[in-house]
Amino acid sequence: MKVLLSWLREFAPIEGDPYELADHMSDLGMAVEETRILNPLEGVVVARVADLRPHPKADRIQLVDVQIENGDPMQVCCGAFNMSVGDLIPFATIGTVMPDGMEISQRKMRGEMSNGMCCSAAELGLGSDHDGIMILPEHLETGAPLMQELGLVGDILWDLEINPNRPDAMSVAGVARDLAARLDVPFEIPEWKVPSSGAAEGLASIQIDDGVLCPRFTGRVLRGITVGKSPLWMQMRLTLLGMRPINSVVDVSNYVMLELGTPNHTYDLSLLPNGHIGVRRASDGESITTLDDQERMLQPNDGLIVNEADEPIGIAGVMGGASTEISDTTDSVLVELACWEPQSIARTSQRLGLRSEASARFERGTDWQINVTAVQRFCHLLNEVTPGGIEIVGEVLDVAGTTPDSISVPVRTSRISMLLGRDFSSEEIRNLLTPIGFDVENTDSQDVQLVKIPSFRPDTETETDIAEEVARHYGYGKLGTTIPRSPDAGHLSPQQKLRRVIRQVMTGAGLIEAMPNPFLAPDDITKAALIVEEPVRLLNPLAVEESVLRPSLLPGLLTAVAYNYSHRNMEAKLFETGPVFEASEDSSGLPLETEHLAALISNADAFAATSLLKDLASTLKLEFQLTNVDGLAGLHPTRGATINIGDIEVGSLGEVDPAVLRSYEIEDRCAWLNLRLDLVIEAAISVEGVSYQPVSTFPSSDVDLAFAVGEQVQASEIEMTLRKAAGEELQSLHLFDVFRSGQLDEGVRSLAFSMRLQAKDKTLTDEEVGVVRQRCIEAVENAHPASLRA
Amino acid sequence: MSVYDQIAEAQAAAVGEIEKTSDLESLKAIEPMLFGKKSTLGGLKRLMGEVDAQERADVGQALNEAQLFVRDAHEAAKKKFELSDRRAQLETERLDLTESLHVANRGHLHLVTQTMERLEDVFVGMGFTVSEGPQAETDWYNFEALNLPAAHPARSMFDTLYLDLGERTEIGDGEGGEATNILLRTHTSPVQVRVMESTAPPIYTVCPGRVFRRDTADASHMPVFHQIEGLVVDRGISLADLAGTLNEFTAAYFGGAISSRLRPSYFPFTEPSAEFDITCVICEGEGCQTCQRTGWIELGGCGMVHPNVLANCGVDSEEWTGFAFGFGIDRLALMRYGIKDLRDMYTNDVRFLEQF
Repeated sequence: MKVLLSWLREFAPIEGDPYELADHMSDLGMAVEETRILNPLEGVVVARVADLRPHPKADRIQLVDVQIENGDPMQVCCGAFNMSVGDLIPFATIGTVMPDGMEISQRKMRGEMSNGMCCSAAELGLGSDHDGIMILPEHLETGAPLMQELGLVGDILWDLEINPNRPDAMSVAGVARDLAARLDVPFEIPEWKVPSSGAAEGLASIQIDDGVLCPRFTGRVLRGITVGKSPLWMQMRLTLLGMRPINSVVDVSNYVMLELGTPNHTYDLSLLPNGHIGVRRASDGESITTLDDQERMLQPNDGLIVNEADEPIGIAGVMGGASTEISDTTDSVLVELACWEPQSIARTSQRLGLRSEASARFERGTDWQINVTAVQRFCHLLNEVTPGGIEIVGEVLDVAGTTPDSISVPVRTSRISMLLGRDFSSEEIRNLLTPIGFDVENTDSQDVQLVKIPSFRPDTETETDIAEEVARHYGYGKLGTTIPRSPDAGHLSPQQKLRRVIRQVMTGAGLIEAMPNPFLAPDDITKAALIVEEPVRLLNPLAVEESVLRPSLLPGLLTAVAYNYSHRNMEAKLFETGPVFEASEDSSGLPLETEHLAALISNADAFAATSLLKDLASTLKLEFQLTNVDGLAGLHPTRGATINIGDIEVGSLGEVDPAVLRSYEIEDRCAWLNLRLDLVIEAAISVEGVSYQPVSTFPSSDVDLAFAVGEQVQASEIEMTLRKAAGEELQSLHLFDVFRSGQLDEGVRSLAFSMRLQAKDKTLTDEEVGVVRQRCIEAVENAHPASLRA
Repeated sequence: MSVYDQIAEAQAAAVGEIEKTSDLESLKAIEPMLFGKKSTLGGLKRLMGEVDAQERADVGQALNEAQLFVRDAHEAAKKKFELSDRRAQLETERLDLTESLHVANRGHLHLVTQTMERLEDVFVGMGFTVSEGPQAETDWYNFEALNLPAAHPARSMFDTLYLDLGERTEIGDGEGGEATNILLRTHTSPVQVRVMESTAPPIYTVCPGRVFRRDTADASHMPVFHQIEGLVVDRGISLADLAGTLNEFTAAYFGGAISSRLRPSYFPFTEPSAEFDITCVICEGEGCQTCQRTGWIELGGCGMVHPNVLANCGVDSEEWTGFAFGFGIDRLALMRYGIKDLRDMYTNDVRFLEQF
């Protein structure tokens, strides 16, 4: 919403520094996005078009002779073609500095001299019209400074952001009311008196069939209409507030809407049989041709205006119909000033894509009690702007539907003080509310006042809403500050702490955290060789490439690595934590959402992933068991394993399938680790606080054993057997050498383990160490196709 | 030759041998000749038996002195050789420490994660816990419980992405009957609702997390971005408490030169509602291009939790009141480093990610 100081001042004697006034409006919740002191535009004058000629060397510009007073015509090159000889136009003389900072100079355009510039409204900062040169009204004097002639010198334009809960502030009068209250100056909406003659009876009638849809419909019959141009002052105000002047009737209609927040409409009375208008909801299959000559299909619940024959002649609050449209020959009109059910207007305007200044106001809820005043204003203005005046016939036609009840809210001074954190007196509250239209009455209780909600504030319904009004007009910034304290110490949950630890393990291992797009294209899943029966799809994706919620972190990380490869970043060691989604039959309807940790390490084989897992195991004090499995989805068919913690499978690791890597144009091996982060964290929590083993003070003995083991046996199986066989004296065990060679039998490799033995209570003798060693060898040889290597 | 001359000769001979050595090894080799029974001086001990009883003490003393003299000479030679050995070793071990071949290989947390953790830490320090919830949500948690019933005009403030649940999908504004409207949360407020449903007040918590809007990506918008919201529900919580808490947070996170202010605004889930501005972090309030010369930048929205929201979560709004606030994490990250384009944070280019 834009407002102009001179217009505000028609309702309240507002004065002050433009920027201080802007601060007040922002502080009242009408955030000022721009304050513009209208540029005096020195050097821009009114000029007459004396001649038009084609440019000899250019099609897109023409030559214009411009005349100021009786001076010699000056040649100008101009890119617009909308003016005719004799028109008055704004002319920027040489040396003028335009609002955008450009200085007008004499120059040659394709060989022809240009001695200034003919200006569009947009170029002058007087609106958004770029289409052509501004054509000025006839009565202006050529040579006169434009802004002075337009009466705009020194005026101030503010652009305000109005919240959806402030229908009242969608009008010049409403903004003036709020600002006047803050500045402690009087505010008043004038009673516009208009002379009327005759009787409207028999000329027009209004019937409301659905009082909820239309709480009030006010109309008036006007005769002697001549549709012409509105005066320049009105055109300027409309233009500055962002509306395009059309003709006197439309301009008055828009002017009243901007001024009082009341959209309105005019019907050609001669096209309304018996002047009858009805209001009802549409039924299935009805349609209407609207003012823009579009056929619109209607739905039940759309608000409709119908004629005597019950045929639609307008979509309530959204757009009028073509059949009763005003034309140049219109003589009599019926003015409509109605209130509509906000939800109905919102739904219909949204569905039809017909959102307008009018629907924006109806959606928020217009003031049903200002109808008659607004109709009077309409008549008053149209009478004023129509040469020779108009005839206003009879009385105002005013039909009520279901008008809102007037609400009075008991407001406790103690509650307001508690909510705002400052002790207000009842009197202070009253003094803050009264100037913005809330009537306040005493009650039997000293703490309670009865606050009557004005009809222009349908958003305000409760004591809490009143608290906001009190705070707004007192000033949020003046309330003071206090700091409440939680009775408990702040903390992260054990899960949150462990998630941080896990991320630190990843970065400690040299991995960089990525945040790929969680939305995938449907074929990303097959491209990554994943098998997902029913991925979770978006109903209204922005693009089909972003229409599936990821069922795995693999596609996103592959895309990220591929991006880095395409930019010659071959060291892409990435990880991510976050949820993946799968369809679920859960009664809540929610998909199953589980948090995963995944790492994708470029230019590395599967052991990069196992190393990473070992780092995690060591930090979290968890034991992961790996089981080699051929053909895990997405993974290298012979380089993959599942990961278990005890009986629970918590993930998989290995290398990405080479075929998948090729489809992403990644030419190196990539190690892959994927874990159910939620399960890993729960397991880590369960082993936290497990008691430690005191360090033995007795000497330890080392035993190295190398076995020739069949390829079908996992090294981890041998390790498990050794661990079991070694018994409680085993202090540590690890695989320290693996080799394959022709010296070994076919299908066999050598696995060498190093064990450290140590007793808690004594030094192990050579004999005792020998016994353990022998036990280990026998256990391995008995349990597996393995033999000790000499 | 007198006894004393013999001792002097033996001493001179021993010292002469020491002087002939050139390193620790050759010194060690002659040690048997210098000390012990088989050394020349050692051998002279027999002289003790050959002199008169009254002279025996003098001869003994002379022998002792000679042995001490040889020991000192040996010790001095040993020290000298050890020193020169050390010098030689050090010289051969000289290193140019700038010849390191190691390439740093620590990883990096994503800028968004770093920012989120910093924010969490500040709030934890202020006595808050951190709450989380699902990213896919029901219409109830994302809208309805937050005082945004079906067809509420303010729903259009959120461009929502809905999930396709096949036959169970309900399309539109949540006015359906049996069908379910499942969406990607447009803010982390549903977490607040879940916390209030499951936890009795007092509540002091923040809800950081990923949120979704149906926005085309550009320099300042992403369909996927991150937010942090705060919620306090306790007895007697006021708008002044909200202002004080935001001030405290602002000073802790941005530093003492930055303060905050509230401006009236509108959100369906709070009443009174406010926008929350902070002193422009670029110009510290002087006025610059970033803050459009106002000295302030808009950070987020906040307000007193609407009584309807409290009621929807089973909280008695007469006994308890609360405030909530929320702001974008991505934008804070951009501001901190002067990143011009939000999309840069999500290309996953390691050359970008490594800088943080």
